[in-house]
Amino acid sequence: MNASPYEIVVGLEVHVQLKTRSKLFCRCSTQFGAPPNTQTCPVCIGMPGALPVMNQEAIRLAIKTALALNCEIPAFTKWDRKNYYYPDLPKGYQISQYDLPLSQHGFLEIQDPKGRFPARRVRIIRAHLEEDAGKSMHDEAAGQADSRIDLNRAGTPLLEIVSHPDLRSPLEAKAYLTELKLLLGYLQVSDCNMQEGSLRVDANINLHLATPDGPVATPIVEVKNMNSFRAVERALAYEAPRQYQVWLETGQRLGDVPKQTRGWDDQAQLTRAQRHKEESSDYRYFPDPDLVPVRITAQQVDALRRELGELPAQLRQRLEATYGLDPYDSDVLVNQGRELVDYFIAVADASGDGKRASNWVQQEVLRYLNEQSATIDRYPVGPAALAELLAAVAQGLVDTSRGREVLQYMVERGVGAAAAMQHLGIQAVDSSELVRLCQELLAANPRIVADVRSGKQQAIGALVGQARKRSPNANPAEIKRICLELILGTE
Amino acid sequence: MSSLTDQTASELLERMRSGDVSAEQIAAACLDRIARHDPAVGAFLRVGGDEALAAAADVDRRRRGGQAVGLLGGLPVAVKDLICVRGQVTTCGSRMLANFVPPYDATVVERLRAADGVLLGKTNLDEFGMGGSTENSAFHPTRNPWDLERIPGGSSGGAAACVAARMAPLSLGTDTGGSIRQPSALCGVVGLKPTYGRVSRFGLVAFASSLDQIGPLARTAEDAALLLEAIAGHDPRDSTSAPAPVPPYSQTVRQPLSGLRLGRVREHYGEGLDEQLAAATEQALDVYRSLGAQIRDVSLPHSRYAIATYYIIAPCEASSNLARYDGAHYGHRTDERQMRADLRQEQRRLEAAGDTAGVDQLDTPLVRLYRQSRAEGFGAEVKRRIMLGTYALSAGYYDAYYLKALKTRRLIRGDYDQAFAEVDLIVGPCTPTAAFPLGAKLNDPLAMYLGDLYTVGTNLAGLAGISIPCGATREGWPIGLHLQAPAFEEDRLLRAAYMFQQVTAWHQRRPDLP
Repeated sequence: MNASPYEIVVGLEVHVQLKTRSKLFCRCSTQFGAPPNTQTCPVCIGMPGALPVMNQEAIRLAIKTALALNCEIPAFTKWDRKNYYYPDLPKGYQISQYDLPLSQHGFLEIQDPKGRFPARRVRIIRAHLEEDAGKSMHDEAAGQADSRIDLNRAGTPLLEIVSHPDLRSPLEAKAYLTELKLLLGYLQVSDCNMQEGSLRVDANINLHLATPDGPVATPIVEVKNMNSFRAVERALAYEAPRQYQVWLETGQRLGDVPKQTRGWDDQAQLTRAQRHKEESSDYRYFPDPDLVPVRITAQQVDALRRELGELPAQLRQRLEATYGLDPYDSDVLVNQGRELVDYFIAVADASGDGKRASNWVQQEVLRYLNEQSATIDRYPVGPAALAELLAAVAQGLVDTSRGREVLQYMVERGVGAAAAMQHLGIQAVDSSELVRLCQELLAANPRIVADVRSGKQQAIGALVGQARKRSPNANPAEIKRICLELILGTE
Repeated sequence: MSSLTDQTASELLERMRSGDVSAEQIAAACLDRIARHDPAVGAFLRVGGDEALAAAADVDRRRRGGQAVGLLGGLPVAVKDLICVRGQVTTCGSRMLANFVPPYDATVVERLRAADGVLLGKTNLDEFGMGGSTENSAFHPTRNPWDLERIPGGSSGGAAACVAARMAPLSLGTDTGGSIRQPSALCGVVGLKPTYGRVSRFGLVAFASSLDQIGPLARTAEDAALLLEAIAGHDPRDSTSAPAPVPPYSQTVRQPLSGLRLGRVREHYGEGLDEQLAAATEQALDVYRSLGAQIRDVSLPHSRYAIATYYIIAPCEASSNLARYDGAHYGHRTDERQMRADLRQEQRRLEAAGDTAGVDQLDTPLVRLYRQSRAEGFGAEVKRRIMLGTYALSAGYYDAYYLKALKTRRLIRGDYDQAFAEVDLIVGPCTPTAAFPLGAKLNDPLAMYLGDLYTVGTNLAGLAGISIPCGATREGWPIGLHLQAPAFEEDRLLRAAYMFQQVTAWHQRRPDLP
């Protein structure tokens, strides 16, 4: 593979909507999807005279998240006003946090079980709370410059998580987002639904080049409007060669031009420069005099730390150490969420075979859940029942393919493993019976016997099929072994 | 016979309790006096006649039926038009909010209603509380009842004038840098600015959030105590309101203070103080001496930076607080059709001239909507302060102005803490001069700002202050004495004021209205 002439450098700003029942500074509901402007009050629409009052639950969820991101939680944080004019911002300022954020100096570790990038510790600069703006809906019909504003979202708590520019490829950026989303899911602090806007990503990207004159950094570009992790990956994959081309043409370095903002066009699969006027702003931050600073005690932080539970990275390690899974398998299971992992652990503990439990959960259970678009709580077979089946397989009472039939029956009828096996007539086949069956088959198929003798061992497969027709419980491997012994052993 | 409107709130309350007079009669007397004299004074922007009479009649009915009535027991109260009243236009003295009807009551209005105060109407003010003469009202100026050619002070000019003119026994004002105390001094009434956090700001349209405070205006300390008791106390809807308990001011106000130590601020007797006012202040100190008080000199060394500090912090906060009046959600919106037509014409002209840079720099319709709506909706003083604040918060200036002002503010507060280690109250003139003629300082904002010299420190330090009538100029214009107390010591202020009023008659003087 050719070495790339540049290194991609990416930092991500992620806005996550915290799952509080009410907004950050008033009691309005945060439920998604209500008719426009029905979840509003004088406070969140910025009515003259109304005042904000901080939602304690938002602080709690934000601290939990920050702790899970290994951030420091200062004892003192405050609210600032970010002043700018836009129709979806009714007060003319956003309540945010400027110089004393709720948390800072954390990290999130990412790795790829397929080894496409080295394991990386992505440093988090800060994670701070702020209120969301409303939503503008522009009617683009020609000549009709008609815009509508929905303020249901205005005032919803957002946690803005800003990473250092530690990511080195579009794939790493996607992995970071996937891991972050997984973490937030384990913490149950956010729905992380990009379609509903509860998770939004802006990316800062530039290139580092080695030139004869020494290392050079190109100007940083901020990319917006990415509506899925896939879009983030593609936008960055588009942006890197584009920036390289610009470098070749202009030789512009970091600091030569102001930071540019570009929007990702998912239809056209390219980024476009946004109007210069929309990006240059002086936000005139200053402390919000309507809100008092927030003091956070060590006791509060400790209590929240105890609520964190086992996080994905720790859980992967435990699955590998305790159940003998390889990193790929532990990754697949943990990425499915805590509930599925709990199911796996119950099956593994009850059956005493982690590897087998992992295979069955990944192949059978996940396939079913994918087909049904269901989550594990809807799976009809409990972990104890699956473990019973796996024990039967382990003991050779039933082979793997027959076992799948049993599981299928259990799923359809909602019965236990023993009942399903009985219904399907599965019982251990006596080995003398099996030898007699094989002898009969060999006598009836001299052609096959001759083929095998001449070295075509695969010809035995036809015998296995015939044997299974006459005795469905017969173990195919057993049949094969006995037949081979009978043919070759008698020579 | 002394008319109902000449009597103080406490006297009227006593008479209502004894069944001698009804709340409806009192409200009617006030409305009658407003009808007769307000065309000349201009204290009110709107008068709620029928509603006031109905609310008063309701209190009367309950009182006759032996039911409990609230602390204010049917007394009329005028409310500054910077405070939201549900379902009623609340203009803030601005063209910007000429049609704004809040769907909610301010907490103080809720409390007034709960205490059976009768809302009489909304009083005039300098636009958004910015000014010291009430000439900055977008609707009409208010005149000083003592001389209709003079200003009543501001920004709570209507609130002070209506009490001085006996149109209302009680009124609510707001004070960001002296806006209750200064007009009270110039109109010869009692005006109290409570400690920051003592009274909820919920429903008070913000001018400068870290300085604003609602407070009572009345003719006596007792009446001010009554109204303060009705409105004070913690409000969960205002994060900056204090959870401290509220003393029963109306019961304690008559208890004299013994061993009172008053601090006379050296720096308050410098340049700019009218000698008649200086003399009246000295005489007031003599009155206190005669009541057994000790007078000590104290120093507030950073008070000379108070005006500069105030005129950074207040405009900074105002520039942000007033951003919401952009014509999109709140406030006056320019004629959009005309605006678009103008914009198209400008574009065609630039294109015809081949001025591509000009075309590129032309406002978007949205930006033009903001600019034009705000240019039309705000008055000159409000614009001046928005520009001052926007400038001082801008990148590159923040540290030199806003941050510096915050540091100075801490030093000013420190001065007060030191002074209050030695004295119980600080006493001095409330204003450098008595009421001046209308228009005299309209074109000299700096001179207008210097009128706040003695009062802004209280707001910057978050303390309590009161102005009480303590004299008159040779022409008969009122002079106010300014008392300041440590945080949450309103009780001490009111008792000191009451002591003074027991042995003086300045508060009993009445302006002659035509």
